[in-house]
Amino acid sequence: MSTVVYVPRDSGAVSVGAEDVAAAIAHEAKRRALDLRIVRNGSRGLYWLEPMVEVVTPAGRIAYGPVAASDVPELIDSGIFTGAAHRLRLGAPEEIPYLKNQNRLTFARVGITDPVSIEEYIAHGGYRGLRRALDLGPEKTVAQVTESGLRGRGGAGFPAGIKWETARKATGTQKYVVCNADEGDSGTFSDRMIMEGDPFVLIEGMTIAASAVGATQGYIYLRSEYPHAYRALNEAIDGAAAAGYLGKNIMGGGLNFNLEVRLGAGAYVCGEETALLESLEGKRGMVRFKPPLPAIVGLFGKPTAINNVVTLASIPIILDRGGEFYKNYGMGRSRGTLPIQLAGNIKRPGLVESAFGVTLRDLVYEFGGGTASGRPVRAVQVGGPLGAYIPENMLDVQMDYEAVAARGGIVGHGGIVVFDDTVDMAKMARYAFEFCAIESCGKCTPCRIGSTRGMEVIDRIMNDRGRGESEALLRDLCEMMTHGSLCALGGLTPLPVLSALNNFPGDFGLARN
Amino acid sequence: MQDRAHWTPEAVIAIAESLKKRPGPLMLILHRIQEEFGHIPREAVPLIASALNLSRAEVHGVVTFYHDFKAEPPGRNVIQLCRAESCQAVGAAALEDHAKRRLGVDFRETTADGRFTLEPVYCLGLCACSPAMMVNGTPHGKVDSRRFDAIVAALASGPQ
Repeated sequence: MSTVVYVPRDSGAVSVGAEDVAAAIAHEAKRRALDLRIVRNGSRGLYWLEPMVEVVTPAGRIAYGPVAASDVPELIDSGIFTGAAHRLRLGAPEEIPYLKNQNRLTFARVGITDPVSIEEYIAHGGYRGLRRALDLGPEKTVAQVTESGLRGRGGAGFPAGIKWETARKATGTQKYVVCNADEGDSGTFSDRMIMEGDPFVLIEGMTIAASAVGATQGYIYLRSEYPHAYRALNEAIDGAAAAGYLGKNIMGGGLNFNLEVRLGAGAYVCGEETALLESLEGKRGMVRFKPPLPAIVGLFGKPTAINNVVTLASIPIILDRGGEFYKNYGMGRSRGTLPIQLAGNIKRPGLVESAFGVTLRDLVYEFGGGTASGRPVRAVQVGGPLGAYIPENMLDVQMDYEAVAARGGIVGHGGIVVFDDTVDMAKMARYAFEFCAIESCGKCTPCRIGSTRGMEVIDRIMNDRGRGESEALLRDLCEMMTHGSLCALGGLTPLPVLSALNNFPGDFGLARN
Repeated sequence: MQDRAHWTPEAVIAIAESLKKRPGPLMLILHRIQEEFGHIPREAVPLIASALNLSRAEVHGVVTFYHDFKAEPPGRNVIQLCRAESCQAVGAAALEDHAKRRLGVDFRETTADGRFTLEPVYCLGLCACSPAMMVNGTPHGKVDSRRFDAIVAALASGPQ
């Protein structure tokens, strides 16, 4: 029987040489006439160890990493196929504390299975959720989602069950399920990891959504910056269709559902759900006024359930194990788990799926190991480019929608970007406005004009031109953008700006209070 | 490195006609045209508009809204350098300065020999391997100035 070796196809692993490692292993296997089967898995999310190679031994899977292509001959000489000792040997991957201390529910299969093998997906518990949903029927399926307490993981945190119930009750002969895969927040990559590492769980989640709201067509709106996810999704969709899990009368339950991936074109604002729908219709990605809600008047004017990738990928386990099971994780009104992404200047960057309630301090230091540079942590930005900068002395806050909001921040899509003490927070505040100016759809004035004026005002402060007056103007502008913008882009850009200004006034040349 | 065909009105019309029955076809058509010809020629706009029964302004508005769609053909190699926060936290600004100096171009410009176009990008989802860039669709993580030079040198020594 051939030895099985796993080398990730995840684009993060590829960015640090996984293709070369896979090629080197294949080359050596041929040269030495070894009976090897190389499986391209997703990433376990321990990116400082990528490319991480896993070998199936009689004692289970043994990991080695980070492996360079030039290490491969030596690794094979030392006997990695029996799990032999080597300086790169990490042992059983699930025993690595970073992974062991997580609660992997949504990411249960990522890094373990062949992402595009439907047989492996089913062997690892796949499609049990859909079976249950078809048995329960639409009303009880939505009730399970509501019971679970699942809130939108894209950033807004809106209860998924309520969205679905609205779409289910909406009248119309044609309804849609849309997946928001326009993961544009810097410091976030959990959607990408799901799509590259376990695309079937997203497909199953969307199929359950279709059965619950009565949709027959689904679209995944994927950002164009993710070509690897595009390929993995299309391979998986073809596999699901060939096996009867997409198309007509799915699982004999009378459900008809088809799915298509559509590419965005590099516009951040299309991550806003109504701009996304406009873009899917082939228009400029301009934000729509709400109401009407997309659940009632959505894609092509029809009722549409639109959810983020991680939200939809969390649905199968909720249906399989029950809303009650999922709800037992978490705290307060933040139920279940959140796939948290550690990035920026951090020693151990990667994906940490944890029940809500973990503190930022534990994430940054226990999981993350502090900064990569070895210098002190100065600030962390939580929740993407529209999230607040939280200073080191406030890191005891728990990851919980309400707790982070009470500190003036947002959980957003769960990204955490760490900065050391060399960061200039005035520059980061200016960048927040610059980004907003570049990405604004232009529909509302506070965002379109306010972002550019914001950059100018920060420049005035930095150049010491009427500093006190300019600070008052900056605060006034931020208030106007917060309350006057049509969507989160203009409405939340003041968060990084004001958190930088309030927590680090010295960087702006202003005296500390 | 990409070899691209020269655009013709017939080819643009054929693409538009082949996709126009799909729901919301304009983005699909623009992506296909750009994939084939490397850009959306200005002269293609009225042809697409006519095929879809839209106004030229509507098509022009969509083409110019999205950062991905280019009016001019790019260089043979497209380097997308990430400028977002995670990459900034580990030296993206210095890498950006280095890249511009090394290639002798600013963002959205192509080198005089037509070999390289440098583009800014706002997150590639490679934040756990920052600073990151994508070259002709291939991701590169943990890029410093030395690694940048090596990647550029390997592409520059390739076939013309």
